[in-house]
Formats: sequence, structure tokens, C-alpha cells
Amino acid sequence: MASHSLRDQVAIVAMGCTPFVEHWDKGLDDLAVDAVVDCLSGTGLTTNDIDAYWLGTAQGGMSGITLARPLQLHNKPVTRVENYCATGSEALRQAVYAVAAGAYDVAMAVGVEKVKDSGYQGLNAVPPPNDGTARTLTAAAMFSMVAPAYARRYGVDPTELRAAMARVATKNHANGARNPRAQFRREVSAEQVCNAPVVAGDLGVFDCAGVADGAAAAIVCRAEDAHRFTDKPLYVKALSFVAGNGGGLGDPDYDYTTFPEVAATAADAYRQAGITNPGAQLAMAEVHDCFTITELVLAEDLGFSERGTAWRDLLDGRFDRDGDLPINPDGGLKSFGHPVGASGLRMLYEAWLQLRGEAPAERAISTVGAGRTRALTHNLGGYPGEMVSFVSIVGTELD
Amino acid sequence: MRGIISWGTSMPHWRLDRSTIAPVAGGGGGRGTRTVASFDQDAVTLATEAARSALAGGLVPDMLLFGTVAPPVMDHTNASVVHAALGLPAGVAAMDLGASVRSVVGGFLMAASTTDTVALTAADLRTGRAGSAEESGGGDAGACVVIGSDGGHDVVVAEVLAHASATGEVLDRWRIPGEAVSRTWDEKFTEVALRPLVADALNRALTTAGIEPADVAVAVVDAPSARIGAALARVVGAQRTADDLSATVGITGAAHPLLCLVNELERLAAAGDPGGTVVALVHAGDGADVVLLRTTAALGHHRVDATVADQLATGGAVAYGRYLSWRGMLDVEPPRRPEPQRVSAPAAWRAANWKYAFSGSRDTTSGSVHLPPARVSADGTRTDEMEPVSLASAEGTVATFTVDRVAYSPSPPIIFAVVDFDGGGRFPVELCDLGPDEVTIGSRVALTFRRLHAADGIPNYFWKARLVRQPPPGDGKEA
Repeated sequence: MASHSLRDQVAIVAMGCTPFVEHWDKGLDDLAVDAVVDCLSGTGLTTNDIDAYWLGTAQGGMSGITLARPLQLHNKPVTRVENYCATGSEALRQAVYAVAAGAYDVAMAVGVEKVKDSGYQGLNAVPPPNDGTARTLTAAAMFSMVAPAYARRYGVDPTELRAAMARVATKNHANGARNPRAQFRREVSAEQVCNAPVVAGDLGVFDCAGVADGAAAAIVCRAEDAHRFTDKPLYVKALSFVAGNGGGLGDPDYDYTTFPEVAATAADAYRQAGITNPGAQLAMAEVHDCFTITELVLAEDLGFSERGTAWRDLLDGRFDRDGDLPINPDGGLKSFGHPVGASGLRMLYEAWLQLRGEAPAERAISTVGAGRTRALTHNLGGYPGEMVSFVSIVGTELD
Repeated sequence: MRGIISWGTSMPHWRLDRSTIAPVAGGGGGRGTRTVASFDQDAVTLATEAARSALAGGLVPDMLLFGTVAPPVMDHTNASVVHAALGLPAGVAAMDLGASVRSVVGGFLMAASTTDTVALTAADLRTGRAGSAEESGGGDAGACVVIGSDGGHDVVVAEVLAHASATGEVLDRWRIPGEAVSRTWDEKFTEVALRPLVADALNRALTTAGIEPADVAVAVVDAPSARIGAALARVVGAQRTADDLSATVGITGAAHPLLCLVNELERLAAAGDPGGTVVALVHAGDGADVVLLRTTAALGHHRVDATVADQLATGGAVAYGRYLSWRGMLDVEPPRRPEPQRVSAPAAWRAANWKYAFSGSRDTTSGSVHLPPARVSADGTRTDEMEPVSLASAEGTVATFTVDRVAYSPSPPIIFAVVDFDGGGRFPVELCDLGPDEVTIGSRVALTFRRLHAADGIPNYFWKARLVRQPPPGDGKEA
């Protein structure tokens, strides 16, 4: 892939994140203000000190005014971006590029989504006027087709695959139970996961991410300026993004056991960051666990597990909080829900806490203490066969 | 020679056991079954499926006529949707007949009187208030006959010998525009009022044809109800009276005269009819019409993909409650998901070949099939090097599938499959006419034209896939 690595050119110097819950008492404006205030706190900066803003929101409002108005930003370039469920990560990507390009000294990425006001179940998008032939399936249904395909391709006993999917849920909810910002703060048992009401295919309620409102924000600047704002910056090692061509939907060779867009962004990001063995070199990963089967397949597409083995690695506890490569130590989408515009930055927020040693003790991962300094965040949006994928790698040390 | 050269019928998959009505409605019902159009079928889709079958051999009519008492929209030609779904050339006229059963017979008479090849397709959804005789006695179906002349590939299998009509203002049934059900007068009155009109029309038709009443081998009698029909059949006095399908299908309104006629022709064809058999199509209602037809030697060789009997031999039971919800008579809680938006007329117009005729594109270099049609090759290197390819008639195999219990549907859950079509092309598509346990990987499916939903009064038509069901061997063929 023809990307140029921006490794160590840009630093993340401050972050903020609201709780992700059903914020019946807060609107989009409130959530955006809360995340920005949280982000600025302790930095000595005001909104006026930020040169440019990128706002990620899928359906929260149009144009940069959606952020400029509630924050009363005067004469600031504010850009609203949308890229499916990678919308929050997209805001970060644009802010980083702008700083790397030298256009601005200090930029902020803000992600916010107010999902619960719709009154509907799950996530919903309003399509443009159309010919009425598009699918109206839920994401759960589209992803549910992955599990049986995976079991068939790799000869995995459906009962064992079911157990591995349940492990994704129990693991992430156990992590979320230890995170005050998470929506769901109770552990669940494998029995609860497996016996939950069915949503689509073999996916039950506990195989699906929740729905929540939330917001998160990050301030970025040139790496050489980072210590003006914090003693413990995170350096951006890699940013990769792919918008799929939708070919998988019409390709008879696509078998629903892998997400090629994810594999492409992972390879690109590892090349940018100089990572050759992600499973051994990363301290943690925050991945897009929209459904349990998604996280399982992502572990392979992101190169953590060999093809056809992630289910075994999951059952072996390799991705547990105290495992060799903790995945979603904050609880993931499973525990947080998925306010689309905010999730990517929420993932980065966990890397911010963990790599800098600021995660609370009951949730701290041991890989950081063992000397690993880099974390990966990953978003996908869309469906098997037609998705966008984002991968970032950040680290505490300059290479 | 002028007469019927082809036909097709469309029987909904679902059957309502009439004995399930009374326990819920407190009365009504009876013996036998009636057909029930699924929630995603209307008169247009049923008529389209019947016409697809009738024109399956590549027959292109000069004119398409569509009749129903349940037009999905008014002040707009529903037949143009049928025309689009059939992928017919623009030069084929497409017109709606009036919203009464008799107008379909009128369409037949007009078609018989021209030299054009006319595809006459009709369909109805017949229902009534819960527990009513209309409800249990009605049925849903589509039927199409093509009327033309010998010549080219066209061969007349049933020649029109003569016809006659008698008109009288008999208020036997009526429907207030906008209502889903018709109202009826006393059946006995209707029978008495129609009796002389049937006799008059029959006598004049026989005189025109120069044959005697005893020459009529079989009478196909279509009347407002099975009971009236049985009484009027005695007036006709043919050697035999055709099955009125009331025990299995119900009286299907605008489709019924064609459906019963076709069913009888299929029966004669299966029995190896040598030709020369005189069939009287008798329609009674708002007057009476008699069409005398004589089978030709070609009838015994005429075969269709799915006869009425074939279709009746398959099918699944629908619960009375679900039937009521499909007809809008039982308001069930919908999924808590947004309802679909209305279709954009310009977007549908631009995409007509895709939306209505399921026509994709085939890459002229790689041969790969794009559904929906694409302009750029899959590898992104070539633009506008595609040719149209219609897959509406293609069958395919289920590569994988799922059941979505949350997504919006007028009748959840959505059963959905990724289908690989024979000859190339993959499309993820909703399945219909099945239960969640009936599909497996490897299931064979065919496409069927459906109404996905309606918003702002605009029906949204597109294609779904149904299982290819084989009738049980030795069962139903003689029904």
C-alpha cells in the first residue's frame, strides 16, 4: 500500500472521555462540551489555544458548526467528518495529518454521538433518497453469517466456537466491570451469554455490542512540541485506513471468514510502525468487537493469531486482561456500547491510560510493566464484504 | 385461427385452513383451505408472476392488460410495473382494466377481437371481515392468458369460437374505494337475478358458434361465490363442470375466470386431449359473459413449468393471526426499528432495469457479473465495458444465510441468504415463502417479484428469492 509512514512526527498530548451510558439527561452539545473540557483539564489550554478541530459524528449534526456552536469557537476551522463506525478515528486521522503537514501547531479531534434519542433498537442510519433495492438487514444479521462460515472453513466444532465467542463476551464484560466509564459494569457468565435471546443467526443479545451515548477527544501536536503539554505523550506510529469497494458482497469467492479490508490496514500499519510480530510487540489492542464473532476474526486479520486458531487462543486466555496480548482491556464495545462518532477515540483513550500507567490497578495490564510500549486501536464500519477499516498504532517511546 | 396461445398462473405459497378461523373469529370458516398472498405480495406481484410464467418462452406480446379489484395504486397504471418487471420493450402497450371482475372478461373479449397478441394478466387478494363468508370463500392468485393467432412460434391451443354477453344492473357486490373488503347482497337474490342473463348469453353464443348445448364438454363457471356458481352451472347444463377451485384456493376475484379456465386446460392437456373439446367460459356477475372455446390438437402437447395443480401440491400453512396481520386486520407490534422511507421516483426510474427486471451487468472482458449493474470493472481498470444481463429467470444456490430477528419487516423475522446464481453473479437477498428452519446452505432458490413495503402510498417492488420446491411425486397432479 502506497502510504508514507508518519511515525513519531505527531504526538497525542491530552485526552478526555465521557462515560458511555444512556445519557437521557445530556444532549449532543453537552457530551461534546464534557469531552472537550475533560480533554483540556490539566493542560492549561483553552479552546482558543487549539488551532483547528475535527469533529467525528455519524449522525449528530452536519458541518463543523455542530461543534463550533456549543463550544463557542470563534473563527476556528472545524471540520465534521464521517466514515461509518470509524468516524471517531477519522477525526483523529485528519487532525494528525493536518499537524504533520505543518498547517496547524495544535489540533483537536472530537468524537460524539447521541444514539439513544432515536427510540429505536441498535444503530440506525438514514439513507439518502434511493431506488428501494438496498438491504435493510441489521449489522448483527450480516455478521452472524461469519460464525457458521468460520466453523465450516476451519472444521471447528460449533460448540467450541460458541464457547470462544462467549469468551469474548465474558472477557470484555469482566474488563468493563472494572471501568467506571463503561455502560455495562457487571460480569456475565458464559451460560448467560449462550442462553441469551437470539438477535440474528446464532448471535444472542450478549454477542452484540450495546448502544450508548458518549464523547471523547484528543489533542495532537508535533512530536517535538509534545513535552510542552505533557510529560507522557503518546507518539503516533501508524495510521491506516481502507474504504472497501464492496466487492465481497458480489464475489462468489468471498467466504465470510475474514475481513480483507482489516488485513490490508493491519499490514499497512505494521509496515508504517516497523512491527513484525504484533502478538509479541504490542502491549494491547482495542479492536472493534461489535459482535463476539467479529473480535474472534479480527484477532486473525490483525495478525495476533494464525488463521483458524483465534478461537483456541481466546479459550486459552491469551487475550484476557492478564494474558499475553490483552484485547479490549477497557471492556470494548461490548461494555461501552457504540456511539459511532466517539468509539474510535474511546479506544485510543484506553491506550492513553494503559501505556502511560494511568489505568486503575484493577484493570492495569501486565504487558506494559513487561516493557511493551505500543498499543493498537482498530475500527471497522459496514459489513462483511463491504466495510471500512482503520488501524492506529501509538507508543510512549520515540523509535 | 385466434385463441389462447399460452398461459401462466401464480399461486401464493401460503394456505389458510378454514377450520382455524372460527376459534378466533367466533364463527365463519368451514372446510378446506384458501390461498393467502404473503405480506410481500399484492395484485401487481401476483399478476407479474403469472405473466412471467406465461411469457417464459420468450413470447413478447403487443399489449399487456392487467386486471384486479385491488389495484395497489390508482391514477397510475399498475400494468407499467408488470411491464417493467417482465423486461418488455417500450413498444409493448401496458394498460389497467377497471376495478371489477367483469373487466377482466372484457379484456379477454377485446383481445379476442383484435389481431394483436395480448397478454391478459389478472390477480386479486380476496378477503373479508374476520369470520365472514367473503374471508373464508375468497382466495388470492394471479393468472395470465395470452391471446393471439397461429403463426411463427405461436400456436393456438384453444380457439375462440364465439362469445356473447348479457348485461343487467345486479348489485351483487361492491367495494368502497379505499376499503380492503367488498360488501355483498343476499346470495339467493344474486343467483336469481343472474340466472336469466347466463341463459341468454349462453344461448346467443351457442347460436353464433352453430353448436348445441350438448356439444359443450365442460363449463368453467366463475361466479361471485361458489354457491352461486354451482347453481348457475346447472343452468349451463354442460356435460361436465370444471373445478371451481373453491375447496383449495377460494374465489380469487379478477383472477378467477382465467385461473379456472387455465386449470381446466391444464387438466385436459394432462389427460392428452386430442383437440375438438368445447369449453364454455361462463362469467356471472354484473351480468353474464360466455366465451366458447374449442381445444386444438396442440393442447395435448402444451406444457407449463408449474400447473395450478403443481402449485397446489406445495405450499405451507399460515396461522390465522398472521394472515390477519398480513391483511392489516390485526395490528401487531412492529420491530423497534425505523420504517423504510418512500422510494425515490427518479432513482427507481434510473434503476428500472435493475429494480424491476433484475438486470445486472456482465464484464465483457472478465465475464464477471455485477449485481446491481456496475460501470467499472471489479479490478477498477476499465469503465463502461459492460453488457446488460438479466438474471430474473436464473436459479441459484444459497452460499450462506441468516435470520434477522431485529430488522424492520412487515412480518419479522427476515430470512436472508447470500445467493450464487447459476452462470455467475452473487447477490445477498431476502428469502420469502419459507420458515426459518427450511433453508440450508446449498438450498436451491429462484427469484420472485415482491412488494417489500409501501411508504407514502408508494409500493416498493423488488426481487426476493424463494426455495425451488418440487411437488411431491404422484400427488396433486389430478387435483
